[in-house]
Amino acid sequence: MTTKTYQLETLTCPSCLAKIEGALKKTAGVIESEVLFNSSKAKVTFDETVVSSEEIRKTIEALGYKVLGEK
Amino acid sequence: MAGLSKLRRVQISGVLVALAFVFKNTSELTAITNLIMLAATVVAGTPILKRAVGALKYKILGIDALVSIAVIGALAIGEYWEAAAVTFLFMLGDYLEARTIEKTRSSIKALLELAPDTARVLRDGAEVEVSPDEVVAGDVVIIRPGEKIPVDGTVLEGTAYVNQAAITGESIPLSKQPEDNVFSGTIIESGYLKVRADRVGEDTTFARILQMVEEAQDKKAETQKFLERFSRYYTPSIIVLAALIYLFSRDLVLALTLLVIACPGALVISAPVSIVAGIGNGARHGVLIKGGEIMEKLGKSKVLAFDKTGTLTVGKPAVTKVKAYNIGEKELLRLAAIGESYSEHPLGRAIIEQAERELGPLTETPDEAELITGHGLKAVIGGETILIGNRKLFADHNVSLAGVEAYLAGEEAKGQTAIIVGNLSGVLGVISIADTVREDAKALIDTVKRLGIAKIAMLTGDNPGTAKSISDQLGIDEYYAELLPQDKVRILNELRTRYGAVAMVGDGVNDAPALASADVGIAIGGAGTDVAMETADVVLMSAQLKQLAHAIGLSRATVRNLKQNIVFALIVAGLLLAGVLVKTVNLSFGMLIHEANVLLVIVNAVRLLGYSAD
Repeated sequence: MTTKTYQLETLTCPSCLAKIEGALKKTAGVIESEVLFNSSKAKVTFDETVVSSEEIRKTIEALGYKVLGEK
Repeated sequence: MAGLSKLRRVQISGVLVALAFVFKNTSELTAITNLIMLAATVVAGTPILKRAVGALKYKILGIDALVSIAVIGALAIGEYWEAAAVTFLFMLGDYLEARTIEKTRSSIKALLELAPDTARVLRDGAEVEVSPDEVVAGDVVIIRPGEKIPVDGTVLEGTAYVNQAAITGESIPLSKQPEDNVFSGTIIESGYLKVRADRVGEDTTFARILQMVEEAQDKKAETQKFLERFSRYYTPSIIVLAALIYLFSRDLVLALTLLVIACPGALVISAPVSIVAGIGNGARHGVLIKGGEIMEKLGKSKVLAFDKTGTLTVGKPAVTKVKAYNIGEKELLRLAAIGESYSEHPLGRAIIEQAERELGPLTETPDEAELITGHGLKAVIGGETILIGNRKLFADHNVSLAGVEAYLAGEEAKGQTAIIVGNLSGVLGVISIADTVREDAKALIDTVKRLGIAKIAMLTGDNPGTAKSISDQLGIDEYYAELLPQDKVRILNELRTRYGAVAMVGDGVNDAPALASADVGIAIGGAGTDVAMETADVVLMSAQLKQLAHAIGLSRATVRNLKQNIVFALIVAGLLLAGVLVKTVNLSFGMLIHEANVLLVIVNAVRLLGYSAD
């Protein structure tokens, strides 16, 4: 189990949060996800054997939000 | 095409929309005009549609989907102009919102820039420059003028003036010498220090403040949670309304317009932008407010309770009054000070300090002096025996206090410690000593009352005399003396029942239970104190009382700002809905108002960054 924080482009509408969070939660292997509006970050806890960090990035980007970095 | 930046898309579609507008009004070339409008719609609309489809895959219906449906609908019925204008306005709004919203969050960026970027450490006797992350606890770090201290540590060598604004928000430089503590992120203005690293990297006070501010920004206020719940019902209701209208009236344009205004953007954003700007302002002034909920509670608190007198007093006894009988006041003070020459007692130190302030440095010493623990002392000065102490001392030497007893009792009732000075034949005078109130305390009490705190209370373990004296001097409304820690919790509950939400101020260390049981616990002088930083709801980094006034004023300004935003957003949303229903607001105008509303709410929040208590 790993927890990673992804820095996203500036989030401007809080409803984006629900969208990104919802999408992450529906991704297999993601145990927990929290999107922080003001810091424009997504904190994701996931099972590495099921889903890779790269796939999580892609999920977020597929929704139309650039991932600027991760740690 | 897919690689176009947001700004580029806004620019291109903007030019196209302007071109289309000119053609539409001046020429008959409908086909070309429509083509330009279509191009503008594609340029601005692609990312919207992409996001909408991405979200729909996860069965989420966001604003992107609503706008996409409206635009596709508009294109289907030949409303090319509306489609172009709506997509352009939406993207423009999105871009401007991103830019302005960055501003509300700029404080934390400014803080981040204060982080140290290099460190010079001694390794094997030589100075080497390393990144602050490579410094380990125990390293000796060297800092020269103009440089940032890269660690939390203890000064080993050197003296310097240090600007601690990064931590305390206070830019007046402080003098540092061996044994003093220094903080990472602070700057040496002049001088030179050799510092032993006690805490490095993520453990430093500076790094922890940053982390806490970042976490605080995203802790939701009650209002925010409510607005989010509201919008969860608002959006689907408008969609249902749009569907019903289409079903019954077959008015597609009206239905599509409703979709565009279905997202209560300004309303949802109103609370978080105010809160983030407020928290950011605090962080820059040495006031750490841990989240939106706390900001709201502090902004609405009715009672300010001070834990113990130390917060409002200097915390060091000082001579407040000298009363002499049959000799001059200065002479009395001189005798007492000489007698106390060898004393280490805080009361003795207070007498010496006062004497030196009034009479200059003392050179005389007593011929002999005898300390009598719990009673005072007996000294021989210039051949005469002088007694300095309490009633017991004088009783032991059979000196009558009959003439001064009333005065002594009066002083004690005022919270003073009365030191009696006399010789073997009688009393020469009385020196009153007490902890004095801080100079900034009176101003603070006046300020917070003006800011709307209804009651100020003091909860103290001190005796009633001291408590009364201090509360009278400062204009404190209620005081509770001789309290045990568990009493404080009970009194806080009483205050809450009587007046409303209670904010409690303390040092955050000895009074943790009381701070925890208050609605808002404020720790003063929290920098470097782990317990205070972790447990308090609000941490004032320095011990300066004006930071308390700033915290209270800021929280009220933030709550006010938040309310303005909500009311404004609600009114506009209401007018917009009404305007759409009576058909005075069309698709693109609806979008314009919607986006302008969001922008105004953000701009209003940006104002909070400039808030200052004085």
